[in-house]
Amino acid sequence: MNLHEFQSKQLFSEYDIPSSLGYTAKSADEARFAAEKIGGEIWVIKAQIHSGGRGKVGGVKIAKTIEEVEKYTQEMLGSVLVTNQTGPEGLPVNMVYIEPGSEIDREIYLSILLDREKEMVSFVVSPSGGMNIEEVAENEPEKIFKISINPATGLMMYQIRQLCSGIELDKEQCKQFSHILKRMYVLFLEKDASLIEVNPLIVNKDGDLMALDAKINIETNALFRQKDLMSFRDSSQENKTEYEAAQNDLNYVSLDGDIACMVNGAGLAMATMDLIKLHGGMPANFLDVGGGATSERVAFAFKLILSNKNVQAILVNIFGGIVRCDLIAQGIIDAVKETGVSAPVVVRLEGTNVEKGRNLLKESGLKIISASNLTDAAKKAVTMANQ
Amino acid sequence: MSILIDKDSKIICQGITGKQGSFHTEQCIEYGSQILAGVTPGSKNDKHLGVPVFNTVMEAVEYSKADVSMIYVPAPFAADAIIEAADAGIALIVCITEGIPVMDMVKVKAALKGYDCRLVGPNCPGIITSDECKIGIMPGFIHKKGKIGVISRSGTLTYEAVYQTTQNGLGQTTCIGIGGDPVRGMDFIDCLELFQEDAETEGIVMVGEIGGTDEESAAEYIKSEITKPVVAYIAGVTAPAGKRMGHAGAIVAGGKGTAKEKYKALDSAGVATVKSPAELGDAIFELVT
Repeated sequence: MNLHEFQSKQLFSEYDIPSSLGYTAKSADEARFAAEKIGGEIWVIKAQIHSGGRGKVGGVKIAKTIEEVEKYTQEMLGSVLVTNQTGPEGLPVNMVYIEPGSEIDREIYLSILLDREKEMVSFVVSPSGGMNIEEVAENEPEKIFKISINPATGLMMYQIRQLCSGIELDKEQCKQFSHILKRMYVLFLEKDASLIEVNPLIVNKDGDLMALDAKINIETNALFRQKDLMSFRDSSQENKTEYEAAQNDLNYVSLDGDIACMVNGAGLAMATMDLIKLHGGMPANFLDVGGGATSERVAFAFKLILSNKNVQAILVNIFGGIVRCDLIAQGIIDAVKETGVSAPVVVRLEGTNVEKGRNLLKESGLKIISASNLTDAAKKAVTMANQ
Repeated sequence: MSILIDKDSKIICQGITGKQGSFHTEQCIEYGSQILAGVTPGSKNDKHLGVPVFNTVMEAVEYSKADVSMIYVPAPFAADAIIEAADAGIALIVCITEGIPVMDMVKVKAALKGYDCRLVGPNCPGIITSDECKIGIMPGFIHKKGKIGVISRSGTLTYEAVYQTTQNGLGQTTCIGIGGDPVRGMDFIDCLELFQEDAETEGIVMVGEIGGTDEESAAEYIKSEITKPVVAYIAGVTAPAGKRMGHAGAIVAGGKGTAKEKYKALDSAGVATVKSPAELGDAIFELVT
């Protein structure tokens, strides 16, 4: 689950991590009120969307008058921002964040996340803040500093010293940086974050460190013990179908193609997409209906994939292990009848009672095309989609 | 021969009275696995599926002398269950549970370094030695005793590989689902090492997927240590970056963990890769016969 910048900064405040604080606004009036409350002569208006790269597409603006604050807020609210991370459909701006302009002396990159290879939590730091960190890692790897934290010892003093010397901070700044790292590690653990990223962490004209931006992702598997954070969820920033699927314990990911897939098991679902591509088609989605593919789940899954208007054919690929194929076949038949599917449905069934299942499909009188194996299924689906 | 488990393995089940634990334990017993006891916290001299159910793993081990545990404990309590098993002297812990918070697994992995035990999973179908012993949720009937070792990060794709090698007559020694989580127990290399040593295993099928770099490490290892033929398939060539594809660990993050990189590493290590899971059976058949 992703958090907005304003929510992340709220958590930073709770954990005594200094950041550039402001107010949210959902209208030009609220923006003016916020700017007046902040005071000063320069304000930054930031679109609150679940994506980085906002600055490059007009999602971050600097205002020098209250009128400009209102004007930029007006322009951003209700717009859709397409960044290099959102995909072509973009994300809607329903809220902006108004904060005071900061005088920047230096920009540092700071993040904490899981290192899969080391199986530990790692801090990644770079003196090249404010830039795309993946590009820095690619082009100037010597500017990336990383430490991994043993869960038994926690963050150690020597590790903090290593990072401080990597980004060349003076004594007072090291003290501040050390505090930020310690508090951020506690926040990461206590809130079950999967990522906390500050890009940039700035050194201002007074020589103080402060998070100018803040991004926190919470690990989905841990949400059961992070009930307080659930109010932070903003479904307007999620793909509608993906959100609906998640609410029903289905794994769904939207794609650009025209062949919808419904598969049991995540690996087989990915493999089915790959097979479609291999045989010249394009998958419209990833969908794992899980091991216990009951007729209710299959029916719901059909409704989900049919909500995508690009779909020209549907490929159902089920390896019935413990679930019997005749039960699954009946589920498919019921779902096709109930949802009135007009697109051709190609079904590949394998496993227990497979003959019974195939016979049921054949005798149903519905437009269901039976496939004899994986390859046959993919080929038939591609042919159907092209007709 | 086989690896890790056989018909003599003595097994307990943690979470035996739950819906999943109960259903699958029954199937395992039917397959011939020696499930000797169960554990459910709070249990007092209960019996379930014909075996005694204990309050702690320690008591279950004392009674059964088991050294393998199969875990179906719900995600919030699974880390506790894994360490409890290790602490009671269990040598092989098979954790089926899906949805364990990754930080719990980071702590579990660090803690397990102090024990002489192996962990399979979590978020996996389990492990099976064909016609001898099944520990997990895989359909037993598709397996057939034979000469191929199977290692996979995905459940249903394991079944595809197994089914094909059963149909073409090769059969399997042992099949291990190592799981779809980013932090897990045994990885490809641990399993490859055991299959290399196993006299009955003549070829290895490896099924990977996007996310992490385990397949790349495995490629290096195969190049230097494995003399038996290996066939590999990687799922997720078409998966978009930054999206989690069902499994918690199946995600291309920061440009890393793509299927393309994994294929490249495996190809350059001399592994016979296939671009379709439908070709796994034929490919390994060609290499071992």
